[in-house]
Amino acid sequence: MSARILHIAANTFREAVRDRVLLNLIAFALLMSGAAILVGQISIGIERLVVVNLGLTAVSLFGVVIAIFIGIGLVSKEIEKRTLYTVLSRPVGRWEFIVGKFFGLAGTLLVNTLFMGVGVFAALLYVSRHFVWADVWILVALYFIVLQFLMITAIALLFSSFSSPLLSAVFAFSLFVIGSFAEDLRGFAAMAHGAGRFLVTGAAYLVPNFSSLNIITSVAHQQPVMGEYIVSNSLYALLYTGMALCGAVLIFETRNLK
Amino acid sequence: MKPSARIRLTGSALLGVCLVTSALALHHLDRIQTRAQFAEVLYFPSPRLVKRLSLGYDGLLADVYWTRAVQYFGTKHVLGTQQYPLLAPLLEITTALDPQLTVAYEFGANFLAPKPPFGAGMPQRAIQLAEYGIRNNPNDWQLYYDLGFIYYLELKDYAKAADAFARGSKLPDAHPFLKVLAAQMAQHAGESQMAKLLWVTTYQSTTDRDIRANAVSHLRALDVDEEVTTLERLVSSYRERTGHWPASFSELEAVGLLRGSPVDPLGMPYKLLPEGRVEVRDPDKFPFIDKGAPPGYVPPPAKFLPSDGGA
Amino acid sequence: MSAIEILGLAKSYTVGFWQKRKKCALRPLHLSVEEGEIFGFLGPNGAGKTTTLKLLMGLVFPSEGSARILGMEINDPRMKAQIGFLPEQPYFYDYLTANELLEYYAQLSGMVARERRSKVSEVLERVGLEGAARTQLRKFSKGMLQRVGIAQAILHDPKVLFLDEPMSGLDPIGRREVRDLMEELKRRGKTVFFSTHILSDAESLCDRVAIIHLGELRGVGAVADLTSNVEGKAEIVWHGSTIPASVKALMSEYHLSGDSVRAIVREANQDAAIDGLRQAGIRIISITPVRTSLEEYFVRKLKPSETAAGVRS
Repeated sequence: MSARILHIAANTFREAVRDRVLLNLIAFALLMSGAAILVGQISIGIERLVVVNLGLTAVSLFGVVIAIFIGIGLVSKEIEKRTLYTVLSRPVGRWEFIVGKFFGLAGTLLVNTLFMGVGVFAALLYVSRHFVWADVWILVALYFIVLQFLMITAIALLFSSFSSPLLSAVFAFSLFVIGSFAEDLRGFAAMAHGAGRFLVTGAAYLVPNFSSLNIITSVAHQQPVMGEYIVSNSLYALLYTGMALCGAVLIFETRNLK
Repeated sequence: MKPSARIRLTGSALLGVCLVTSALALHHLDRIQTRAQFAEVLYFPSPRLVKRLSLGYDGLLADVYWTRAVQYFGTKHVLGTQQYPLLAPLLEITTALDPQLTVAYEFGANFLAPKPPFGAGMPQRAIQLAEYGIRNNPNDWQLYYDLGFIYYLELKDYAKAADAFARGSKLPDAHPFLKVLAAQMAQHAGESQMAKLLWVTTYQSTTDRDIRANAVSHLRALDVDEEVTTLERLVSSYRERTGHWPASFSELEAVGLLRGSPVDPLGMPYKLLPEGRVEVRDPDKFPFIDKGAPPGYVPPPAKFLPSDGGA
Repeated sequence: MSAIEILGLAKSYTVGFWQKRKKCALRPLHLSVEEGEIFGFLGPNGAGKTTTLKLLMGLVFPSEGSARILGMEINDPRMKAQIGFLPEQPYFYDYLTANELLEYYAQLSGMVARERRSKVSEVLERVGLEGAARTQLRKFSKGMLQRVGIAQAILHDPKVLFLDEPMSGLDPIGRREVRDLMEELKRRGKTVFFSTHILSDAESLCDRVAIIHLGELRGVGAVADLTSNVEGKAEIVWHGSTIPASVKALMSEYHLSGDSVRAIVREANQDAAIDGLRQAGIRIISITPVRTSLEEYFVRKLKPSETAAGVRS
């Protein structure tokens, strides 16, 4: 069982790489190089700040775009190419297929982030000539960004399991935007009354909470991150990802693949 | 020529022509834009709205707004305009997005508070900004310094200035001069020594190029004021001794009142005028002097900040 | 034990957003296929062939009924290990090579590494693609893709093969190769269940066929049995270019060429036509029985307007 999931994951990873997704790293490298060179002339004294802000924001945004664009096609593309039929006619469970696809894309994003992380540190070294201990929090920020990717991938996969690529993209992107406001949504929920309050609270907790995973600004100011915060965020992200994956599996198990 | 080759040739030629002409059109657009009034548009005037729209990527957006604020100030500074209406909102948005961007508060203290054309002339807004900064960064001595700075220089409220400096001096890593400023405020508030201390502190505690250049200009101006006062005093005593105004500084040297030819902070010799007036050779280079400029002198648009693209 | 047993399998969809209508894709189907048979599933486009195959593969859930393959339920992994499926017009993964694709499928079928390598090259040779083993699939022609599809279906040596339009996209040589392959599989004791709308292939290849139209089964049996029910014809060739009036009435079609006439008459009218010609003193060159083809059977069984769209021979 786990071997098949691994094979499906590996195939998904290979497909993404050969589809030249990793070329986005070139765009990223150009961006970071340009920024590193320019930042010294535009914002003296806050070079580190700008490099960390720009670098981590780019890592986050590039990755979200890739997660959504590949994620929405994970299932629909296999149907279009008829490959899904040949896979499922073998002793492969439908749930194994979904989980394998998830790990394939997650793995791709992880590798992507690794390379980008190196790029950010390289740019940082270039502008400030040395590292400080506080830079270790940048690694935590990158870890949180990866957690965000896991959530987005699961969400995109969920939509891909039953709807067309275009709709899936719209839904996934909308959830990403709403998820960035998740804190505000919970605030509104606290102020609402009656049935409205119940609905908004439900929505507020159902929506993916990306705001707490975004610690880019504070890491740019070299502020430390509490261990408890790291643990809670990890737990939340993994649980939410699991929930979305279960949803995807459930939908996919009962779907007629016309 | 085969049809496809002809199309390819035409297509490439057309592409090239469009590229060049569009670049020229854009260049022309730029030129007519700067000549006309600066488009005073802040597309999102509310800091809270901008923060909402940032989708959590506040830090980067704050850096972007900060850069815009600096460029905005520099551009208008060069034009010699009397108004900087967007500076306050730009700084407010910047700090709303990233309350810990200390340099924005410094910029506000140095350039929001002073009167035009050297600043936006909004000391109250600058105070609000500094206090917002203190609320969000209660352990950053620099913000208390900025607050005291505004009270001292623009509002001449020496009591509040002393209070701010005192509070700031208690924080870790505070610049040692803060204690001195606080202590001496009561007695020596208006004196140039205090002002010098202030500007030296500013210079030493910031890495922003514009703020530093501004501080340097002020320090030079203070030096000029002192030197001109001293020189004019010496000239007066020469007159008392000899009964006539000296024709040049070398006469003062001859009687031992001076040693060497006096030069201003930029290395240019001072001018000695009839009736004992001393002036700098090029008053344009000293934006903040009170003394040493010819009577009726009108300073040109300032051009001493790196962001002005000059100096 | 039958290789395939279809017990009343049926599928209908609800269509429409506001007013839900029921659309029947497959009426309850009863069918069984024995082991070692080559079974053809015929019908025009939209008849329900692909729906049936998808129901058997467990890709679509039935509205009623059930089916058994090799005695096991659909979706039973043990059963799936012993079947192979070729879907209609497959594209596969653009960026994999043929080798990598088959490796992947072999992995999913649970074959061990050593076994995989040998099987993959063996099967590629079988379908004539050993030269393109390291080429990426996006460079494959339609015919090559079809062959790779067959390769992945037979890779794990399954007992039953399900092929949806296996000849589509192939040139005559390719078609012949696929036919040879199917016959070879039969010789090795495999069962082949394939759907097509090309009647001539079914005719020469299948032991039995089923004809389906508008979701309903219209006939099952050996080709010979089916076509024997349909009236035969005879072809009469004679000298000259005249056609006696009496003979003309009996003909369904005729053809003039050079100095002879070739006419088709119904078997029942054969004797009367010969008499008519001899009475006119015409010299008959030949009389040949025309075997009724499956196409005739098809055309007779299905209403003419419905067959226009999909039937090709």
